[in-house]
Amino acid sequence: MFEGLSDRLQSIFDRLGKRGFLTEKDVDEALREVRMALLEADVNFKVVKDFLVRVRERAIGAEVHKSLSPGQAVIKIVHEELLSTLGEGGHLDLGGAPPHVIMLVGLQGSGKTSTAAKLALRLRGAGRRPLLVAADTYRPAAIAQLEQLGKQLSIPVYSEGDKVSPPDICAHALAKAVSGAHDVVILDTAGRLQIDDAMMREVEEVKRRTKPQEVLLVADSMTGQEAVNIADAFNKRMQLTGLILTKIDGDARGGAAISMRAVTGVPIKFLAAGEKPDAFEQFHPDRLASRILGMGDVLTLIEKAQAQFDEVEAAKTAEKMLSARFDLEDFLGQMRQLRKMGPLGDLLGMIPGMKDALKGVAPEATERQFKRLEAMICSMTRQERHHPDLLNASRKRRVAAGSGTTVQELNQMLKQFRDAQEMMKKLSNNPRMRMMGGLMRGKR
Amino acid sequence: MSANGAVRRSECAMSPEKAVFLFSPGRSTEGAHAPSDGAATKRGPNFSQTADAPCPARSAIIPSMASLRETLARTRTSIFSRVQTLLGQADITNDTWDELEALLLQADVGAATSTKLLERLRERTRAEAILKADALRTALKEELVRLLEPAGAAAPLDYRATRMLEVMLIIGVNGAGKTTSIAKLSRLYTDKGRKVLLAAGDTFRAAAIDQLQIWGERAGIDVIAGKMNSDPGAVVFNAIQAAFARKSDLLIIDTAGRLHTKHNLMKELEKIRNVLQRNVHGAPHQTLLVVDAANGQNAIAQAKGFAAAVGVTGAVLTKLDGTPKGGVAFAIVSELGIPIHYIGTGEKIDDLERFDAHTFVDGLF
Ligand SMILES: Nc1nc2c(ncn2[C@@H]2O[C@H](COP(=O)(O)OP(=O)(O)OP(=O)(O)O)[C@@H](O)[C@H]2O)c(=O)[nH]1
Ligand SMILES: Nc1nc2c(ncn2[C@@H]2O[C@H](COP(=O)(O)OP(=O)(O)O)[C@@H](O)[C@H]2O)c(=O)[nH]1
Ligand SMILES: [Mg+2]
Ligand SMILES: [Mg+2]
Repeated sequence: MFEGLSDRLQSIFDRLGKRGFLTEKDVDEALREVRMALLEADVNFKVVKDFLVRVRERAIGAEVHKSLSPGQAVIKIVHEELLSTLGEGGHLDLGGAPPHVIMLVGLQGSGKTSTAAKLALRLRGAGRRPLLVAADTYRPAAIAQLEQLGKQLSIPVYSEGDKVSPPDICAHALAKAVSGAHDVVILDTAGRLQIDDAMMREVEEVKRRTKPQEVLLVADSMTGQEAVNIADAFNKRMQLTGLILTKIDGDARGGAAISMRAVTGVPIKFLAAGEKPDAFEQFHPDRLASRILGMGDVLTLIEKAQAQFDEVEAAKTAEKMLSARFDLEDFLGQMRQLRKMGPLGDLLGMIPGMKDALKGVAPEATERQFKRLEAMICSMTRQERHHPDLLNASRKRRVAAGSGTTVQELNQMLKQFRDAQEMMKKLSNNPRMRMMGGLMRGKR
Repeated sequence: MSANGAVRRSECAMSPEKAVFLFSPGRSTEGAHAPSDGAATKRGPNFSQTADAPCPARSAIIPSMASLRETLARTRTSIFSRVQTLLGQADITNDTWDELEALLLQADVGAATSTKLLERLRERTRAEAILKADALRTALKEELVRLLEPAGAAAPLDYRATRMLEVMLIIGVNGAGKTTSIAKLSRLYTDKGRKVLLAAGDTFRAAAIDQLQIWGERAGIDVIAGKMNSDPGAVVFNAIQAAFARKSDLLIIDTAGRLHTKHNLMKELEKIRNVLQRNVHGAPHQTLLVVDAANGQNAIAQAKGFAAAVGVTGAVLTKLDGTPKGGVAFAIVSELGIPIHYIGTGEKIDDLERFDAHTFVDGLF
C-alpha cells in the first residue's frame, strides 16, 4: 500500500538531481505525491486541495538549504503547513466557578463512553472530583457500561435509568454535583448522526440547560472523508470547544483530524490510544503530522525512548540495528533498556510497517527470565558475545554451568537472540527505520 | 479484572509459542501498562501543553476556513445535481474527469482505487468512442458495479435449508456495530425460520454482555454468556454445547471489538475460531467482518488484517443511514475478494438490508 511519503519524494528528487532552488516542475511533481499521501491518509479532498495551494505558494522558488535534499525541503514545507493546520493542542478550560461541565458528543461507536471514563480518571489524577453522567438512554446497556467503568475506577456515576430524558438527567446531575461537592461533571451522551435533527436538538437542549464549559467532539481516527461534514455539523449546532481523536492505537493515519480541524478551527485536545482507561494522551501536532505523512510516529518514539533510554545508547542501538551488527551484548543492552522502558513492541510498533516485522519477536521479560538471560550472557567471553557462533557444545556447557542454567535454556536464549537479530536485519532494510536512525543521531 | 482477562488484553503480550523464553503469563494489566502510565504522569497532570512540546509556536491557523466551510456546504447540497449536469449531454472535458475523480474520492473510494477506475474508464472511452458525458456515466456505473462482484464469492447463509448447526462468527474493530448487527441478523434468520442462539463472546468491554442480552430479550432469542473477563473461547465452547442440546441450527458469535493491529487480540480470535473448528463440522460457516461505512481507507487494512488472522467470508457495512458513502467497499470487494452481504441502515433491529451492488452504486451519485 502506501509507502512513506519521504521515500516517494526521495525517488522523485533523485531523478531530478540536486538543485539549489525548487522549480515549478519539481514542486508540482512532488505535490502529486503529497496529494496521494494525504488522500490515502483520509484527509478530505477539499482540504487537501486548499492545503496544496498553500504549500505550492511557499515551495516554488524556495531556496533549498545546503543540508537538505530537494525532497527533504518539500517535506519540511509540507510538514510545517500540516503543523499549522493541525494547530497547537488545546487544553481543557476549567476556570471559573465549579462545577464545570464537560459534554461529550459524537457518532455511534466513536468512543464517547470510554473517553468519559478516561477524562474522569485524568481529572481525578489532577486533583479534581469528577462526576460521570449516564445520558445515553438509547443504546442497550449504555448506562450499565458507564456504571461498570465508574465502579472499576471508583468514580461516581449519576444515572436515572433510561426512562428520563437526557436533558433532564443532565440537569439533575448538575444539581447533584453541587450538593455532592463534585467540581467536574462529565456528560456521556448517546451516539448520533449529525443529520439526525431530532437527536441533534436533544444535545442542543442538554447544552442549553447545563451550560458546559467544554463541548468535545469525540471522533474515530479511522473516519474517512465524512469527517468534515460531521465536525462541521456538530460545530454549527453545538459550538464545539475541542476535538478528541480515538482509536489512535491502530494504524489509521488519522487524516480526519486535519479535516475536522480545518473545517472547525477547534483545537484537538486529546488522543485516545487504547481501550483501557489510562490510554489517553495529550495531543502533539508533530506526531500526528508525521503519522499522516507516513513517517511513523517518529517523535513519539524518540520522546518515549529518551525518557528512559540513555540517548547515546539509543543512538548506538539504532545504528547497530541498521547495520545489522547486532550481537549478544546489544541484545542484553536492549533487554536492560526494555526492562526500564516497557515492551519494545509498544515502542517500535509506532512505526508503520514495523508491527509485522515485530510479530512474535519483541519480548517482555519477567524479572526471573531477565536475570537468567543476564547471567548467561555475562558468563560468556567478550568474543563469544560478539560472535555467538563460537559457542560450540563445550563452550555452551561452560556458560550454562557458569550461569546456573542448562544448555537447553541457553539454546533457547540463543534462538530468541537469533530471532531478534533476524528482525533487526529486516528492519535495517526498512527505509523508515533508516530515517529513524538518522533522526536519533540528529537529535544530539 | 482477572489475571486471565488482563493478559489477553495486555496489548503487547506475545504469542506463547514464540515467546517461550521471555513470555510473562501472569502479568497484570497495571504492570503491562506501567511504562505508559509513568510517561503520562511525567508529562504532568495539568492539561496544558507541556513546556517541552516539540513544536514551536505557530501563528496563523487556517487562512481559508470560511471559504472551505462554504464550499463544503455547497458540495453537500449539490452533488446530485452537479453530477446530473456534469454527466449530461455535454462533451467530455478535462473538468469532467476532475469532477468524476472528486466524486469518487469524496465517497471514500480512495486515491488508488479511483485512479485505477478512471484509467480503466479512459481506456473505454477510447476503445468505445465514448464522447458524451452521459455515456461516460453509464460506463462508470458499470465499472463500479463490476468491482462489487467478486468472483466465486460465498453466498450468505439464508438459502441453506440444512438442519445442521451452522455457525456465524462476527468480527471487527471497536465500535463498528457488531453487536447491533448480530441482533439484526438474529431477527432476520429467525424470521426465515431458523432456530438461532447467540453467544456473548465479548467478555472484555464493560456491559457488552448486558448489551447482547438486552437484544436477545427484545428479539426473544437465547443468549449464552459467561462472566465478564472470562475466556471467550470457553463461552463459545459452552454456546456450542447449548446449541446442540437445544437443537439450534444457527449459532451467532459476538466478539469483542479489536484493532487488527493487535497481535495478541488477533491470536485470541484465532483461538475462538479453533474452538469452533474443533467442535462443529465445517464451522465457522460464515465469518462476517463488520465495517463502519464512515471509515476511510483504514477499512482496507482492517479487512486485510482480519482476513489474514481468521479468514473472512463476507462483510456487513454499517451506519449507511448516515451520509457516508462507504466507497471503501470497492477496494475491499475487488482487491480482497470479500463480498458485502448486508448493510446496516439504523440502530433498530429491522435496520438491516441485503447488499445490492446497483443500489449501492446509485447511492454514490
Ligand atoms: N482500540 C481502541 N478502542 C477504543 C478506544 N476508545 C474506545 N474504544 C472502543 O471502541 C468501542 C466503542 O467505544 P464506546 O466508548 O462504547 O463508544 P461510544 O461512542 O460511547 O459508543 P455508543 O455509545 O455506542 O455510541 C468500545 O469497544 C471501546 O472499548 C481507543 O482509543 N482505542
Ligand atoms: N446509525 C447507525 N448506528 C449503528 C448501526 N449499527 C450500529 N450502530 C450503533 O453503533 C454503536 C456501536 O455499535 P455496537 O453494536 O455496540 O458495536 P460493536 O462495538 O462493534 O459491538 C452503537 O451505538 C449502535 O447503536 C447502523 O447501521 N446505523
Ligand atoms: Mg456510549
Ligand atoms: Mg459489541
